[in-house]
Amino acid sequence: MAEPTIYELSSPGRIGIRFPVSDVPQQELPENLLRKELPMPELSELDVIRHFTHLSRLNYSIDEGFYPLGSCTMKFNPRINEVTARLPGFLNSHPFQPIETIQGNLAVMYLLQEWLKEITGFHSVSLQPAAGAHGELVGGLIMRAFHKKRKDEKRTKILVPDSAHGTNPATSSMAGFEPVNIPSDKRGNIDLEKLKALCDENTAGLMLTNPNTLGLFEENVLEVIRIVHDAGGLVYGDGANLNALLGVVKPGMMGFDILHINLHKTFSTPHGGGGPGSGPVAVLEHLSSFLPDPVVDILEEGSEELPPLYGLIKPENSIGRVKAFHGHFGVIVRALTYVLMNGAEGLRDVAKYAVLNANYLMGILKKAYTLPYDRTCKHEFVLEGVWDELPEIHALDVAKRLMDYGIHPPTNYFPLIVKEALMIEPTETESKQTLDEFARVMLQIAKEAHENPELLHEAPHHTPVGRLDEVKAARDLVLCCWRPEND
Amino acid sequence: MFIPHTDSERQEMLKCIGKDSLESLFSDIPEKYRFPKLDLPPALSEMEALQELTELASANNSCDELICFLGAGSYNHYIPAAVDMLLRRGDFFTAYTPYQPEISQGTLQAVFEFQSLIANLTGMEVSNASHYDGATACAEACLSAYHHFRGKRNKFIISPSLHPHYCDTIRTYLGALDGIQIMDKSESIQQVNPQFLAEQIDENTALVIVQYPDFLGRVVDFTSFGKTVHEAGSLFAVAVNPIALGLLKPPSEFDADFVVGEGQPLGIPMSFGGPYLGFFATKSELIRKISGRIVGETVDGKGNRGYVLTLTAREQHIRREKATSNICTNQGLMALAATIYMSLLGKSGLRKVAELCYQKAHYASEQIAKISGFKIRKEWIFFNEFVVECPENPKTINDFLLHEGVLGGLDLGDYYPEMKNCILFAVTEKNTKEDIDILTELLEEAVANG
Repeated sequence: MAEPTIYELSSPGRIGIRFPVSDVPQQELPENLLRKELPMPELSELDVIRHFTHLSRLNYSIDEGFYPLGSCTMKFNPRINEVTARLPGFLNSHPFQPIETIQGNLAVMYLLQEWLKEITGFHSVSLQPAAGAHGELVGGLIMRAFHKKRKDEKRTKILVPDSAHGTNPATSSMAGFEPVNIPSDKRGNIDLEKLKALCDENTAGLMLTNPNTLGLFEENVLEVIRIVHDAGGLVYGDGANLNALLGVVKPGMMGFDILHINLHKTFSTPHGGGGPGSGPVAVLEHLSSFLPDPVVDILEEGSEELPPLYGLIKPENSIGRVKAFHGHFGVIVRALTYVLMNGAEGLRDVAKYAVLNANYLMGILKKAYTLPYDRTCKHEFVLEGVWDELPEIHALDVAKRLMDYGIHPPTNYFPLIVKEALMIEPTETESKQTLDEFARVMLQIAKEAHENPELLHEAPHHTPVGRLDEVKAARDLVLCCWRPEND
Repeated sequence: MFIPHTDSERQEMLKCIGKDSLESLFSDIPEKYRFPKLDLPPALSEMEALQELTELASANNSCDELICFLGAGSYNHYIPAAVDMLLRRGDFFTAYTPYQPEISQGTLQAVFEFQSLIANLTGMEVSNASHYDGATACAEACLSAYHHFRGKRNKFIISPSLHPHYCDTIRTYLGALDGIQIMDKSESIQQVNPQFLAEQIDENTALVIVQYPDFLGRVVDFTSFGKTVHEAGSLFAVAVNPIALGLLKPPSEFDADFVVGEGQPLGIPMSFGGPYLGFFATKSELIRKISGRIVGETVDGKGNRGYVLTLTAREQHIRREKATSNICTNQGLMALAATIYMSLLGKSGLRKVAELCYQKAHYASEQIAKISGFKIRKEWIFFNEFVVECPENPKTINDFLLHEGVLGGLDLGDYYPEMKNCILFAVTEKNTKEDIDILTELLEEAVANG
């Protein structure tokens, strides 16, 4: 039985919360501006609690089990983060309060800026971007502003490897550039000859995810950066996969000019069923004046007795604001808590064990699944969810069958350069026992695919709903459960 | 921390993959840069970390202790206890984007209900799953209009009384496109009205965007203005305060094409400006022109009702460089907070909160207007924010209020030189008559002392 919608549960006259009786004189809004109908549902508090409790039970989550969704870094979300982000002093502060009254907030932001700089090897950081894609947009706009400032306006192209997330080409367009695809070579690296051929005086820059979406470290990274720099372009690092590099290498020291960081992946802030994230952007010194407005800085140095006075400033050549206020502060507090609890060695261990877990699983699974790029991976790896002898079985079938075993499927059909891709990222917070169980299930499914393929085709069998008709959803659009004229 | 491996498990796993150390997994990284020194403070236990963060939080003077009359895009509303209790369910906050609908029906149905509630609150036909915040929702409305006209109309009329951060964000987003003309200036912010905006509209205008109530708190009926915009063939976007829509007629009555806004007032804490919630509603005919995730209803193989992400062909992971925006999933948990808030308050609660805001703000403005030297613009209709012209420097007044435990309003001189003596006060249902009387007395005292 499906859970009714909030409108189906509504009973006229029911109320969920009472507000105080007005203690001031009654005032009336002019009639021409007054709303006649307010078509909202009417429920008791218990109705609401039960409804959303029922809905929550229809979800799979990290708290329930293994979530090896490649490129999403579904690591454990420490509960202390939820407590610190809700400390009343943080939660009830207004973004326009005078700076003297919000020094605690500004200290949190300043510390995280400093620590992210240290971790990534860059000169300056802005915490304003709201998500990874938003950080990418900031990176693209910084590239644009940098070339424009130098009156080098013929640079209209951004190079994007064929393994890139869809956001990279979309970002390039949004930032006013034309994306140019660069192919990968047989080892999963950028094809250097093609790169050299494509780099010229029109190149604004390169967007490089490293480790890339195959989970492989770009072996020629220094050469790639040199080629782009020699052509006068900038190198943008997509930090989606930074988890593999914490304390292992600092992208800023290798010559990346810009990097965005996903606090909701690498720094354990929860994914929230799809947000809120946070996508800080780090840059080298020559780009720091272009960062979005605002960044936190020290206005007056402190002393032994007095802390410094922090403030919000707009960088000199800033690309401007990319959202209201100062960034996803609640997410920033969670990330700061995580860095505080890990320290340098803890963060280095994050990368080491994330990579160990991925290689361990890859070693077991490549016996039953095709591994197109067979070399030491970083935090994730990509298998083919298809067998030559079984043309009717697809990666989607493997993914759906995993649900029957109570496991979240890997990312499927991405990256595009692997056919029927299954992209697996275990993260460092999963134990050997969990990995062994996942491996056992994956091998079992490979066996089922050969012996009883119907089990895969018809999967999932044990979920709240079966495979859903996506064609119907897009054809007979129903995007709203109730509208007044239908009543 | 948070890594479960024992020494023997690590050894066993390394042995399985034929490696002798964890470090040997990184030999593909240029040696010169491998394992750099990392200068970070020593790791803390959970207890110590909480203590450290508690100290930082208590270095603030937050609205826990202060009586708050500050708004300007972030509002101190009451959040029912049930909202956060439900958000803390791990099944919600430790899930990700519902890529696998069979095991994400909770998130998907909640988004579907969010879309329904936002559509009904704004009076529009459809809504997407969210944007980052009110500012980026406005910017995305501009991008949608730009692509709707395939770049052939390149003039954007941004009401100068739109929130200054939203104006800045729109300028940043549109700045990357060639040949765009942005009209967002006026000689006097106080003179901005529908007639002033209408005079700028021509056949090259892609979009006109206004705020309702505007940044100065003013409420204007845009019914006939909507017609003027459409007569020129342009699109009309309205940025709204969703709480005001509990009382004010919805922008659908102005024939708005896009209704966008900041969802923070719907049960989301102020949290120093984020994370918040951008919402974006439109007409059915424009649904394929907007960005952002959209959830639709469908059925499974047995005919059971279910929900999926739909119209994905608009989005970056399919269209790549041809997508109108790079936006992915965002603000899921904040949209859930708003969904729970709207469900709990419902028809009567949303009306009640809006009425309380309206009545208390009007009581406050009348009391302040009685103090010698303070002026209110009586001809302006407002909801819960209003401009007060002060006899003294607003900073001096706000400093005095703060000293007495009251967080005053926004000093408008920081944004508009012509309003250097003006403060924008916001009043919500959380402000009691006693709070307002304290504010009034302190304002009187501030001037008397000055």
